[in-house]
Amino acid sequence: MIKAGAKARGQQSSKPCPSTFRPDLYPDAHWSAYNLLIMSAIKIRGLKKSYRVYRKKEGLLASITGLFQRDYREVDAVKGIDLDVEQGEFVAFLGPNGAGKTTTLKLLSGVISPTGGAASVLGHTPWLRENEYRRRFALVMGQKNQLWWDLPAQESFRLHQKIYRIDSSEFQRTRDELVDLLEVGQLLGQPVRELSLGERMKMELTAALLHSPDVLFLDEPTIGLDVIAQHNIQKFLKHYQAMRKITILLTSHYMKDVAALCRRVVIIAHGEIVYDGSLAGIVDRFSSHKVLTLHFAEERMPSDLARYGEVLEIVEPKAKLRVDRSSIAKVLSSVLANHAVEDVSVEDPPLEEVIADMFALTAKNQADKVAAESLTPSP
Amino acid sequence: MVARALTWWTILKISLEERLVYRGDFALGTLMRFLPIVTQIFLWTAVFAASESGTIVGYSRNDIVAYYLLTMLARAFSSMPGLASGIARQVRDGEIKKFLIQPIDLISYLLLARIAHKLVYYLVAAGPFALVYYLCRSYFPGWPATDVFAAFLLSLVLSFMLGFFLEASMGMIAFWFLEVTSLLFVYMLFTFFFSGHMFPLDMLPDFWLTLVDYMPFKYLAYFPAAVFLGKIEGEALYQGLLIQTAWVVFFIVSCRLLMQAGFNRYSGFGG
Repeated sequence: MIKAGAKARGQQSSKPCPSTFRPDLYPDAHWSAYNLLIMSAIKIRGLKKSYRVYRKKEGLLASITGLFQRDYREVDAVKGIDLDVEQGEFVAFLGPNGAGKTTTLKLLSGVISPTGGAASVLGHTPWLRENEYRRRFALVMGQKNQLWWDLPAQESFRLHQKIYRIDSSEFQRTRDELVDLLEVGQLLGQPVRELSLGERMKMELTAALLHSPDVLFLDEPTIGLDVIAQHNIQKFLKHYQAMRKITILLTSHYMKDVAALCRRVVIIAHGEIVYDGSLAGIVDRFSSHKVLTLHFAEERMPSDLARYGEVLEIVEPKAKLRVDRSSIAKVLSSVLANHAVEDVSVEDPPLEEVIADMFALTAKNQADKVAAESLTPSP
Repeated sequence: MVARALTWWTILKISLEERLVYRGDFALGTLMRFLPIVTQIFLWTAVFAASESGTIVGYSRNDIVAYYLLTMLARAFSSMPGLASGIARQVRDGEIKKFLIQPIDLISYLLLARIAHKLVYYLVAAGPFALVYYLCRSYFPGWPATDVFAAFLLSLVLSFMLGFFLEASMGMIAFWFLEVTSLLFVYMLFTFFFSGHMFPLDMLPDFWLTLVDYMPFKYLAYFPAAVFLGKIEGEALYQGLLIQTAWVVFFIVSCRLLMQAGFNRYSGFGG
């Protein structure tokens, strides 16, 4: 596991955070920790969340006994994570379904309270749900609708203006700017239910950004959108973030979103942070091999390609091989010495593949761990 | 304070707009509510035709019809269709999160949306109500004195607030049990019998009458109607209004406590 906190990042926070630090909520925090706390926009220490879920056995009889005696199981959705995000960073959360990404976002937006640990966003503890905090962040969930379904989006915007206490001229300026950037000017007067998914998402984003939040949480904002709509949303987010320097935490399953937007990637699996760094770093760290593509001259394909590495694909006169990272130089020189090769390329495996492999690996490790735990009798 | 008032005003305006989106359905639903009046008038006419004396427990046929029309009016203030089930639905499908994330108070929001709902309802129903009351004017004993009428209006407003906070409290229970349909059914049954919607409560035998006196339901329909008809006077009238107010305060507090506890449970449980 990689600790994020130790890493120094070049940026300085541009705004002073209000110091609503409450020592009583952080029993083991020191003043030095407090100093760190006001440096970053988001600071998470040992954050834990477990749920109690009802375990129902199969069948009618079990349903009836379940009426009287319930069998509960603890699910650890987030298992004590540490994370620091500085003001103006755009961070992606990656991880398989059920890894704890959404739970983390819910914790940081105060929808749920943790089982343990501490978090501070802009100097506030999210789950205290103070209005001062609620006016400074926004949460957009790709699968949830926050606008009034039967009314045009502009009515929802008007409501947001009031509940977030946005000054009238400020409101108009921000709204016009967002509407311009997202190109939804003509759609403002149309009932939300008549909008397409992509148009609705743009309206959701506008509504969420009207009060110019300092921190934005995006939970799969491009889910279910077509490629063009996805691209538009990406373009907007990139532009807006660069312009406003707000802090954004994004979860997405689309690697394209992540590649386009975030320099920093945090991978969560089974409630733990397993990687924190650059997108390119994932490949260096988790991929043990490279993909070697050979274009043979004069259509003379050697028959013993397997001795160089795992053969992935052969379409004469081309062959794709999976070669161990450490032996790539050796393999390459040997191939070039022994065969007539017209063209050669060495590539990293696709990011999706690396991440999928990594998820599979962590899932296996997790299963092994659970199995080992259940074998050893508790003292 | 001004900012808050402006927020409320905006919510009210937007809720009104939303209400008017489905105006056709709304108008039809409103008119349909008048059908039971006609059947009730026929029913009681038949009951009185069968009885020898011409009065039942002190009520003449005219009294009964007048009483029934007045409870209709009271119910137009105190009934809250879809309030509790709406809260339950929002909890179930997670829409309630909005009120945890945004700086907006759930109860104030629901109250304003409900006021908007009622205003549109009165707008649509005012004509038909006036017509029915005009046609049935001979059933009424006459216009009450000004102070009695003022008390009647006050009891109507209080019955709106009682209905709202009572049913909103019921809705908050959805934080504990996701499905509250059967609970609401029991509640509906209780209000149906013990609010006086079905028959005048003073027809009940003593034991039940005492029981009903201790419950909040009679202030939803029976009480305003009885005030109008001059059945509750003087000291008893003030006392009645005071108890009604006390119930309103009780449910304002319980509704808020339930919401707080519900939010805590919701956020502890997983959103």
